Amino acid sequence: MDNRTHDSDRRRLLRAMGATGLLAGFNALLPAYARNNMAEGAARHLDTAAAQVPGGAARDVVMDVHVRRETIDIAGGRASAITLNHTTPGPIVELWEGQNAHLRVHNHLDESTSIHWHGILLPFQMDGVPGVVFPGIDPGATFEVDFPVRQAGTYWYHSHSGLQEQIGQTGPIVIHSQGDDGINADREYVIVLNDWTFEDPHRLVAKLKAVSDYYNFSERTLGDLAEDFRQSGVATTLKDRLAWGDMRMSPRDIADVTGHTYSYLMNGVHPDANWTGLFTPGERIRLRVINASAMTYFNVRVPGLPMTVVAADGKEVQPVETDEFQIGVAETFDVVVQPKADRAYTIMAETMARSGYARGTLAPRAGMVAPVPALREQPQRTMMDMGMDMSQMDMGGMHMSHGERTKQMGHGQMAMDHGSMQKMDRSEKSSGMAGMHHQGHDMGAAKKGHKMSGMGHDMKKMAHGTGPNAGTMGTGAMMEQTGPVIAKHGPDMHGAGNINVANVQRDRLAEPGTGLEDVNHRVLTYSQLRNVVPMQDRREPSKTIEVHLTGNMDRYMWSFDGVKYSQSTPIEFPYGERIRLVLVNDTMMEHPIHLHGMFMELENGQGDHLPFKHTLSVLPGSRASLLITADEPGRWAFHCHLLYHMEMGMFRVVRVSDRSGDDNA
Amino acid sequence: MPRHAIITTAGTLVLCLGIPLAAHAAADGKADLDSVISAGPVDPNSGAPMAWDKAIHDEQIHRFLLIDRLEYGDVDGANNYLWDAQGWIGGDYHKLWLKTEGEGPLSGGSPEDTEFQALYNRTIAPFWSAQVGIRYDVNPNPDRGFAVLGLQGLAPYWFESDTALFISEDGDVSFRGEFEYELLLTQRLILQPRAEINASAQDVPKYGLASGLNSTEMGMRLRYEIKREFAPYVGVRWEQTYGETRDIARADGEETSSTAFVVGIRAWY
Repeated sequence: MDNRTHDSDRRRLLRAMGATGLLAGFNALLPAYARNNMAEGAARHLDTAAAQVPGGAARDVVMDVHVRRETIDIAGGRASAITLNHTTPGPIVELWEGQNAHLRVHNHLDESTSIHWHGILLPFQMDGVPGVVFPGIDPGATFEVDFPVRQAGTYWYHSHSGLQEQIGQTGPIVIHSQGDDGINADREYVIVLNDWTFEDPHRLVAKLKAVSDYYNFSERTLGDLAEDFRQSGVATTLKDRLAWGDMRMSPRDIADVTGHTYSYLMNGVHPDANWTGLFTPGERIRLRVINASAMTYFNVRVPGLPMTVVAADGKEVQPVETDEFQIGVAETFDVVVQPKADRAYTIMAETMARSGYARGTLAPRAGMVAPVPALREQPQRTMMDMGMDMSQMDMGGMHMSHGERTKQMGHGQMAMDHGSMQKMDRSEKSSGMAGMHHQGHDMGAAKKGHKMSGMGHDMKKMAHGTGPNAGTMGTGAMMEQTGPVIAKHGPDMHGAGNINVANVQRDRLAEPGTGLEDVNHRVLTYSQLRNVVPMQDRREPSKTIEVHLTGNMDRYMWSFDGVKYSQSTPIEFPYGERIRLVLVNDTMMEHPIHLHGMFMELENGQGDHLPFKHTLSVLPGSRASLLITADEPGRWAFHCHLLYHMEMGMFRVVRVSDRSGDDNA
Repeated sequence: MPRHAIITTAGTLVLCLGIPLAAHAAADGKADLDSVISAGPVDPNSGAPMAWDKAIHDEQIHRFLLIDRLEYGDVDGANNYLWDAQGWIGGDYHKLWLKTEGEGPLSGGSPEDTEFQALYNRTIAPFWSAQVGIRYDVNPNPDRGFAVLGLQGLAPYWFESDTALFISEDGDVSFRGEFEYELLLTQRLILQPRAEINASAQDVPKYGLASGLNSTEMGMRLRYEIKREFAPYVGVRWEQTYGETRDIARADGEETSSTAFVVGIRAWY
């Protein structure tokens, strides 16, 4: 495939290295003399031992993090990267809830740097965002943070200065809970996912600014047109092409940056070097999966092993068993697997755009491998993602699609949809939003599902026949599983920096994520996440803030409400109050929206057990609602965690204070 | 540790007693409310002290240079060259936009057309920019200056459009529209039809133009993107003059219609 040309060269090199015993992934297992003979000596990634969470007695932690720019072996090549204590990703920062953390960041770069402790509750001055909470760490300087650890779970740390995060400055954080977390893992590994490029990230931005589809080598071609004519008929296909052409957008726009330039790393290791975690059959293994990449969503699975999700964004959730989950940039999921057989299992992390993958292995002994699944076919955007009102369109294939949805989701979840929907409806009333339509009830899947129940196999096949690859207007899987419409867009089109608006906004929390609608196994959805502790703050929100995720792919501009950071003023959260934050995604792609300093409770229909999130991946054309108690005074960054979107201005400061607006110029 | 009590994010504030921790963090691990509002001048985006660097660099100046066509044409045995390039420098909303194009015979003779444009480009809609500025033609003789009023962008159905009104220093008004479309045969092999229309609002005898539609130039080229930035191409170019303009050309002994087979390079940085 075209878009893996670069990477395949490196793969050949890696295979050659493997033959000479220099395979990076195994160098920890080499005898000392062999390691010493390697270029530069030490392993530069989280090898088996370094990725295993040591644990031990609860204690205060004092740790030094040295930030250096150095040339290292990475992804089958050599490059100048930013390392943390000589590795990328950096070492595990292991802390204990209820104890103190004293972390000292030493800047050995010749430029300013910073470390943001992602998801960690601490005084905002230590949060590590230059220009917002502190001036940054000057070359040669040391910055110390010292705070009581008030939480447990899996988090991570990374630079918040410029594009440093892209070239290696990321690492995992593991915090052990004060009491028994009930998870009882015999062994724990961090699984840190990164996207690595040998390009200068500034050049990468320049390319996106010049030609925004530079890295997309999966656009629709003449061949696809012929195929769609054949599969869906000329009329349907033309209608579809005209609709996309009218919007000047591409349904193949899944990721801005792809495997054309990226190698995908697991714990810093290229797939061909095969990072390996060892286990004894029968053990319960906790995998702390961290998406520390700059721009890449992953679909994570361990073929042959069910995964029990026990935490999301560090915070415990009631265990839910699944076979695959999509992880947005900056999210973390903790899963428990229990391999009983004496065999190897592949940890597969395929990118959402399917242009590459990170991969590792769980094995009883080093050197074992399991089959690596082929990349699945690349998904396609639909009119749903565009926030189009499908009820006004006349299209074949639509009706049986709803039947399909019913079949796949079952009644339990359907009811859940309605629950969360009603909750949202209520919230909208309380916030006095005008122009709301309870279309969800009319379009409710359950209703149509009923009508369709009893429709046989043929219909299902037809639905598949006109599926996503047929390129029809959402007659494929996306439509089948798209959630109910819960709101409509107002008249504000958000200016020249925004192309599209979600005319109808759906509740899509019960969806598995782009490209996972049709897989024949279980996939985690946000609606399944249920907190282990009941909601503490049950006040009705005193303030509702609606933020639209906006952008212009053609000009590579990204913003909130069509306004870049440099034109914005802080979002005010009155101290102590309960806030409802509503996110509406007007763009056609997912955005992982991260709030620093405070957890957000996702209104996902789980009653008074709403899960905590620090980063929410908001599906295109969707509307999501979050509750926040503004109990952490500070100036907190709030942004899209796709690095280049953030740097283009999809960023705000949220200010929690009792003197809001005092200094508003 | 009871000292820190249980501080949930859902959040009741818990007053904590006990030994103070490090200088930065209060016992409850939270910042002081008074510390949120900075003393002195503050940055309006962040509320942080004005002296600090920006958190995000979303006002950076970018630049782009595109040599859209640099080609050799075989025109009925007579060979010529053509260039057509543009570039910009600026931010998302304001740019300086430069364009140049020209053509001439390869062997002997001066260029037939050579023009330069310098424009202020303002983003006015998601896909559209308005352009105002000047154009200066070195050829044909004598040199001529123009004021330019243009609209450039991406029309529905992915037609790259560049349209402009030109008002010459003599007050003559003319119009040019250029439209391109890209048809992907594969991810790297791209067929690109192109159309250019020139019209004049009045007779300009000095330059052999009559009012109305003057000329069209249709093209079709097939390029292969060895890299995104570098694509050689082959193609065909067909020029045609119309109406009185054609009559003038004919009277001057010039071609009124020509077809050229071209090879060229498209490159950008």
